[in-house]
Amino acid sequence: MPDNAQRSYKVIGTRPIRHDGVDKVTGRAKYGADVMLTGLLAGAVLRSPHAHARIRSIDTSAAEALPGVRAVATARDLPDQGSRMVELGEGSVNMRHLSANVLAHDKVLYKGHAVAAVAADNIHIAQEALKLIRVDYEPLPPVMTVTEAMRAGAPLLNDDVVTQPAGNAEALAESKPSNVAKHFLFEKGNLDEGFARAKHVVEREFHLATVHQGYIEPHNATALWHADGKVSVWMSTQGSFTARQQTAELLRIPVSDVKVTPMEIGGGFGGKISVYLPPVAAILSRKTGRPVKIVMDRAAVFEATGPTPGGVIRVKLGADESGKLVAADAWLAYEAGAYPGSPVGAGCMCIFACYDIPNARVEGFDVCVNKPRTNAYRAPGSTQAAFAVETVVDEICQRLKLDPLEFRLKNASSEGTRRVDGPVFSRVGLVETLQAIGNSEHYKSPPGGPNRGRGMASGFWFNVGLKSSVTATIGCDGKVALVEGSPDIGGTRTSIAMQFAETLGIPVEDVHPAVADTDSVGYTDVTGGSRVTFSTGIAAVEAARDLERQLVSRAAELWNVPADQVCYTNGVMTAPGHKATFKELVAELHETGEPLVGRGTSGKANQAGAFATHLVDVEVDPETGKVQILRYTAAQDVGTAIHPSYVEGQIQGGVGQGIGWALNEEYWYDDRGSMRNATFLDYRLPTCYDLPMIEPILVEVPDPSHPYGVRGVGEVPICPPPAAIAIAIAQAAGVRMTELPMAPHKVMAAILAKSRPGNGQPH
Amino acid sequence: MHEIDYESPTSLADAVAILQKNRESVRCLAGGTDLIDHLRTGRIDARQIVDVKKLPELQILEAGPEGLRLGAAVCCRSVCAHAAIQQDYTALADSGAIIGGIQIQNRASLGGNLCNSGPAADSIPSMVALSGICVIAGPDGLREVPVEKFCVAPGKNVLKPGELLVEIRFPKPAAHSGSHYRRFIPRNEMDIAVVGVAAAVTLSADGSQFVAGRISLGAVGPTPLLAEEASTKLIGKPVNDDAIAAAAAAARELAAPISDMRGTADYRKHLTEVLTRRVLSAAVTRARGGKVDHRPGW
Repeated sequence: MPDNAQRSYKVIGTRPIRHDGVDKVTGRAKYGADVMLTGLLAGAVLRSPHAHARIRSIDTSAAEALPGVRAVATARDLPDQGSRMVELGEGSVNMRHLSANVLAHDKVLYKGHAVAAVAADNIHIAQEALKLIRVDYEPLPPVMTVTEAMRAGAPLLNDDVVTQPAGNAEALAESKPSNVAKHFLFEKGNLDEGFARAKHVVEREFHLATVHQGYIEPHNATALWHADGKVSVWMSTQGSFTARQQTAELLRIPVSDVKVTPMEIGGGFGGKISVYLPPVAAILSRKTGRPVKIVMDRAAVFEATGPTPGGVIRVKLGADESGKLVAADAWLAYEAGAYPGSPVGAGCMCIFACYDIPNARVEGFDVCVNKPRTNAYRAPGSTQAAFAVETVVDEICQRLKLDPLEFRLKNASSEGTRRVDGPVFSRVGLVETLQAIGNSEHYKSPPGGPNRGRGMASGFWFNVGLKSSVTATIGCDGKVALVEGSPDIGGTRTSIAMQFAETLGIPVEDVHPAVADTDSVGYTDVTGGSRVTFSTGIAAVEAARDLERQLVSRAAELWNVPADQVCYTNGVMTAPGHKATFKELVAELHETGEPLVGRGTSGKANQAGAFATHLVDVEVDPETGKVQILRYTAAQDVGTAIHPSYVEGQIQGGVGQGIGWALNEEYWYDDRGSMRNATFLDYRLPTCYDLPMIEPILVEVPDPSHPYGVRGVGEVPICPPPAAIAIAIAQAAGVRMTELPMAPHKVMAAILAKSRPGNGQPH
Repeated sequence: MHEIDYESPTSLADAVAILQKNRESVRCLAGGTDLIDHLRTGRIDARQIVDVKKLPELQILEAGPEGLRLGAAVCCRSVCAHAAIQQDYTALADSGAIIGGIQIQNRASLGGNLCNSGPAADSIPSMVALSGICVIAGPDGLREVPVEKFCVAPGKNVLKPGELLVEIRFPKPAAHSGSHYRRFIPRNEMDIAVVGVAAAVTLSADGSQFVAGRISLGAVGPTPLLAEEASTKLIGKPVNDDAIAAAAAAARELAAPISDMRGTADYRKHLTEVLTRRVLSAAVTRARGGKVDHRPGW
């Protein structure tokens, strides 16, 4: 393996203009809502007003009779799934649950749960028709928190869910229906001995709110059920192949009979992997023989897509006199939402990943509650875990009077550290991110001023490899059409094209990347797990190498020299007595032989994992509890930054979302289990006035499993912010916040509680 | 959504006639920043819309020795840019500058904000503090109602079927007067006030004593509120922290907020006291001819 840091690149590390940029800034890019087909009908979805209810009956007759209504669909129009489990790329899913989430079967499990759908000549008629559908509900008590849901005798959401053991957890003797879908247990060393050796032990409990990814573009799908039984879908998705498979499985038709065309995507962050609308649009299309388009409104996006879970975390850490962590214990319960599948397993694996701790134990619970089924959100499960563990780490530092940076350096995970769940780290760069923060201008200048404080926190995310396919066709003018299957949510068309251009020795502007539909490119896994620049990048490099081999052999033929005397470097082909640039050669080959088409696939390589360390300064208004972010620096091990601007953008975006999560974002439910703030006005994403310029520090520790050392960068930057901000608040205002969001009223309540005599916070 | 009829009359008489004819199912449209949103989300229903922007009486914006005449359809941006408002009715400019972004401010009117009658409306406390009087046109001619009596419940006001708000009149503040509006929001922009406070004060010529004061509170009750007991506490008192703190404590007692997604009742009472103190200090600074350097959201 060459040392990538020593290599000099022509394209990698530069900042070209993105290939899809002009169409996006001029409004020409086609998103799902722009799909317009001959005979297109508008679809609308009726959603449950109850958080938990049994459906006694649905009467659609009045809606069907409304002029302009072409079809009405309910779960009766979906095929029976039995109780089969299907592998859908993001773990196996109980198809009955997936189907019931698309259109409720006999129960609604959250407010906003889809119950019926209408296709009509226009959206206004469709919406009027929804008002004519009569649903007879038997309301049931909603279960809104993990604490309630885990209590014996709690109302049961799903009678087909029993607790499954995972890791070292043991199966329950008696398997009866439960709201707890999964029980994880991971252990390492001897916990009791570890705590016996600890001089300082801190244990805290943390409470987390449900939060949404907040992508700007709502979910959408247009479906056409062709007369030959095939189904075309145009949609916003992070994974056209998983969307195809989910749609096919839900409709019980052969997977290759569905073609998914991924449109441009206005944000996903993990939330656009599950399908909600395509099967519904498809059955409406089957009934009408016409294409049907459904676009969610913002309330539906909040209430009926997949947020990331709230829950409860308890963390107990023990350190010896020297400041070495010797024991760690964690208990995590995450809300799955209506159906199993919270990221609590990932939370368990991430919670102690930044620390080399000899004795540890982590227990996790996936708990069904009457909220929408949770879904991936940027390093799913890790941000919550980091908030808990990093806060306790800071308290240990405070107790031991140890510098938080020194403490972290002393305990940091590095190559060879074994995680509590088993895997051993290969070359990772946590220590380097800590050093980068230590060397930063920010670290060296104190926050200064009254009511100000500083916080530091680290975070970890795995990153994944998985499968990708790329084809590349060289045109007669020497430009390359690069076809890939990864929907581009973070500038990956350009980062893939750059790796291709670097490998083939051509300018990146001569590569025209395109994201193709599922019939036009090889299988490609979802755009998720920070995998695209890594894995689709490998496929693009392979495609370039394939073309290089073809070019060499064709040049040998053309020049009539042995292939081993032909050499291709930096875009120039040479052989004794011959020399041609890429473009010259290609023009000649176009006249003399078959087309030049390269292919590349990936699937074997796995990523080494990403670490980040952040530093933040805040000011707390001691009279209102409001927190202002004054300065933010984020150091991250980014492997090799292919396009530094996009890497910086990913870091800034992740931090921005993390700041929102820390300070204001939450699903605010009333006592009937109804979300009251399902708008961007009241679901408070940070605005530009709430964020300082976020300064990224790119630490490049190349990942040895990628030809250019790429490491996924999109997810880990969201992990440290809530913890770092909580720690900064503690320094600024003297209060330890253990609940997210750290909204002004909560910070103020903590400040007032502290100032009351005898009510000092524990230290 | 069903079809809606639209008319844009150019005389008050025509406007009143259309309003009277349709009564229950009619809505006035000024900037539309509330109306269109509410129609789209189904929060309100209307069969007839009357665009009031072409009524000259509703576009009046005049300041003189008699005071200020503010037409009900004048947009926030015009309010903020008006020199006399910046000088003498500053709280109105404070409010206008934080309602929405620039695009919204070019559409939204203070009159519309008043007619929407939200408890957390950002311009109503300022209009109350500056002793605004609503001029209302109806089938029986014109009538006047003080701004603090205009709203009667969340989203409800004294307008009867067939009536519309024409303008808000403000008396010219005495010399050595100053006013300010500030709200507390969890973010620094794009938010609904958790609590909003406006105050207008008049000081003695040497700036040492409160001669008059009016404090108005938003988002702490079903309607924006004139905090009379808190206001009267100021009169005759020396301008100092104690007098301001006493008025702020009285304002806190008058606040009767609810707990909702924007804040708890306890927190709102606490904020009422904090904001009243800060707003009064700023109004005093302005009354003394000073500049208030307030960064919205902070």
